[in-house]
Amino acid sequence: MKVVNQKIPSIDGKSLMMGRIAYSDDFADSDSLVIKVLRSPHPFAKIVAIDVSSASTLPGVEIVLTYADFNRIPFTRAGQGYPEPSPHDKFVLDEYVRYIGDEVAIVAAVDEATAKEALKLINVEYQVMEPILDFETAYNNPIVLHPEPEIHEMFPIGFDPKKNVAAEYHMEIGDIETALKQCDVVVNETYYTQAQAHAMMEPHSCNARFDHLNRLVIYSSTQTPFHIRRIISQALEFPISRIRVIKPRVGGGFGGKQAVHGELIAASVTIRTGKPSKLVYTRKEVFESSYTRHPMRFDMRLGAMKDGTLKAIDCQVLSDTGAYGEHALTVFMVAGSKVLPLYNKVDSVRFGGKVVYTNHTPAGAFRGYGAIQGNFALESVIDVLCHKLQIDPVVFRQKNMMKEGESSPIFAIMGEGTEGTAMTMDTCKLDYCVKRGMELIGWKTKYPRQVISEDLVRGVGMAIAMQGSGIPLIDMGSAIIKLNDGGFYNLLVGATDIGQKSDTILAQICAEELETTIDKIIVTSSDTDLTPFDTGAYASSTTYVSGNAVVNAAKAMKLLLIEEAAKILKINKDKIIFDGSSFSDSEGKIKISLADLSNRLYYNENQKQLATTGSFVGHKSPPPFMAGFAEVEIDIKTGETSVINYVSVVDCGTTINPKLAQGQVEGGIVQGIGMALYEEVNVAKSGKLITNSFLSYKIPTRLEIKNLVTEFADSYEESGPFGAKSVAEIGIDTPPAAIMNAIYNAIGVRINVLPATPEKIWMGINKKEKKL
Amino acid sequence: MKIELTLNGRKISVDILPGEYLIETLRKCNIHSVRRGCDTTNCGVCTILLDGKPVPSCSVLSAQADHHQITTIEGIAHEAEKLSTFFGKEGADQCGYCNPALALSVYALMKENPHPTSAEIDEYLIGNLCRCSGYKNQNKAIMAFLAEEARMEEQ
Repeated sequence: MKVVNQKIPSIDGKSLMMGRIAYSDDFADSDSLVIKVLRSPHPFAKIVAIDVSSASTLPGVEIVLTYADFNRIPFTRAGQGYPEPSPHDKFVLDEYVRYIGDEVAIVAAVDEATAKEALKLINVEYQVMEPILDFETAYNNPIVLHPEPEIHEMFPIGFDPKKNVAAEYHMEIGDIETALKQCDVVVNETYYTQAQAHAMMEPHSCNARFDHLNRLVIYSSTQTPFHIRRIISQALEFPISRIRVIKPRVGGGFGGKQAVHGELIAASVTIRTGKPSKLVYTRKEVFESSYTRHPMRFDMRLGAMKDGTLKAIDCQVLSDTGAYGEHALTVFMVAGSKVLPLYNKVDSVRFGGKVVYTNHTPAGAFRGYGAIQGNFALESVIDVLCHKLQIDPVVFRQKNMMKEGESSPIFAIMGEGTEGTAMTMDTCKLDYCVKRGMELIGWKTKYPRQVISEDLVRGVGMAIAMQGSGIPLIDMGSAIIKLNDGGFYNLLVGATDIGQKSDTILAQICAEELETTIDKIIVTSSDTDLTPFDTGAYASSTTYVSGNAVVNAAKAMKLLLIEEAAKILKINKDKIIFDGSSFSDSEGKIKISLADLSNRLYYNENQKQLATTGSFVGHKSPPPFMAGFAEVEIDIKTGETSVINYVSVVDCGTTINPKLAQGQVEGGIVQGIGMALYEEVNVAKSGKLITNSFLSYKIPTRLEIKNLVTEFADSYEESGPFGAKSVAEIGIDTPPAAIMNAIYNAIGVRINVLPATPEKIWMGINKKEKKL
Repeated sequence: MKIELTLNGRKISVDILPGEYLIETLRKCNIHSVRRGCDTTNCGVCTILLDGKPVPSCSVLSAQADHHQITTIEGIAHEAEKLSTFFGKEGADQCGYCNPALALSVYALMKENPHPTSAEIDEYLIGNLCRCSGYKNQNKAIMAFLAEEARMEEQ
């Protein structure tokens, strides 16, 4: 392979570093109305009266909107395929507010200062209600968050709003109680994962205007331009044919920009005023009023025989979706469906639980999408079992984990909101990943601990993980390739580059198939008018799904080119040899270059445009796998803990671009380290978010990240483009469990409630010493 | 009020409002490369050089910059382009939102300390947050860039 599997620099990196016009706000009209949103100061309240007269008449204010200005159309902001597996439980504006930061009113004014001033002039009388701030009390609580009659599910997802249940699901393979009874050893543990903030560097941003055709054109920092177009049309009753959504460069997403956030608000202002408008979230709004990761509780039971054979897994989950049920069902199901198949040889596995509403900032999609939560619980409790069995946790995993050529009945049973898709692991190099990871971390010499000094102890721990590659039979990607005079191509893709560099990856795939170089492939992506449909950047789908669509379009282009060359050269098309830049007969005598061919096609004879379309929907979702090994150093006097080494060995099939794949893995690892040790969305007893800035919400800086070692297994997935699977999410899954296992191996303290702060570790050490 | 700035080597005069911050003034001057990230001086994506020193433009009052030198990425385009090739080689660039600010900080570091250790780089750039990269490939690219610049300097 000449272009694929090569460390080619990204196609947009240089321009972005040089600060060129690139991101949504750079494209806002200079005379845009500036939008500000009045947000709820109460976690749960009914708006009894709202007086906007003073605000509306303030000079410079163009429009003020409240719930009374909107038809009551329930929808979900989730940004998923249609019909969505999330309940339609949100209104653009509602008479109820359900968390501190929920939208109350919209102001658009000539400048930011005026808009802010107008917010202060809006008088709202609230009937303040008692909130639910502890998700373990939400189910069947007399306080009901969503009493409104219009809300509904699109198909059965276990939606039961009268009991504060956004979604519910249960499944059982075999008989869990019988299986556990027959085991020599049973362990039983409870784990909690926290809300985590995406903290992408570019805040949510969008702007709107009417163009020369009187169509609504929206630039948005989004992961799902096509879903945004559909949802705007549905929620605002505006013709979909009059909406164009353009996604320029995006400053990071990680799932946080999968949903609709400001787009409905900017669209509403521009539709009503006819004037351009823009809405850029403040960092506080990003923290307070966008999304977090779903916090979850896991009640885990494992059963095994003395020889280390795992027999039964029971995983019961309670998930907190916050005020609205976006991604409620699917994130929770992925906590089972992309975790439990790792141990596919058990007699029985049971998974189930509820996703409940609370008066917290809504939870939504976030890299890992449930798998990181489930992985933390399962891979922690596996180590607990190993210690009870006195078996090396690596040896235990090697005996019980998924192997190449095997399957799990879970794949057929659990999908994302629907039934799943049966599949066999045609590629699964977990065996290699574990073995290689052991070597790289030095497991044999370092396990379980090394005492460095009186105060410092080091420990190693590990975890294995899997993810998916798109949602089978749902996620669709497509591509159009257009030949230009001069012999270069336009590649039009709906796929959404949000900084993961998918434009580069898709250009590499296209160039490889057309046997050309990447400079001959001009990528245009994510413009609902110009590019073909794509579900968007989520579910680790772009390389596998959109990449296969590009392969299909490129194969069709090659056939078309050869056909045209055969006509011009007057030889049979089966005899044509195309090397990417010229066409010849088998002896190499009769020749025409691609540039000449395209010029003749467009200027000289039998003129016609050559363009092809390819699309792809997966019939399976081949999981990438990895083994993660953490080495931690703990100061036992203070509890201060740092990850001094993190080894990742990943099977993602072919790496289309090894350097960019490494960037995906390491970016995920660092976010995972953040979740394991530093990051936590903290809410005060009043329901107010404490961590509403980078001052209080700590993401890892350069100083926290010591040494990362990342390698890829030699792997080729036949169903993927040039053998590729996905690599976007797999990196984030292992750090919480691997680091907690390393902490336990170092000091014998098990942290079951993330994050493992120095305080928790210190208290663990001291509690243990008292016991001794 | 009016202030005078030397923006990327060119003297300009610009009207500002009371309480206006440099990030806003620079947008008025059609500089889009200075991105907004947090408004609390924590993320570093709005970094500019004020008399050669990196500062967060979201928190420096424009009035304070009166008669001072401001450098944005456009003022060090040559160096930024070179740095970007090292980022490209290491796959250190992802969303790119923080990159102009990071390049300015690297430039300032280079002027202060042309031969920094890896630890000194981490220390100097701690204020430039990145949520995409995992940092390590960025550091490799920065080390390689600085080594190359030092080599050119010696020649």
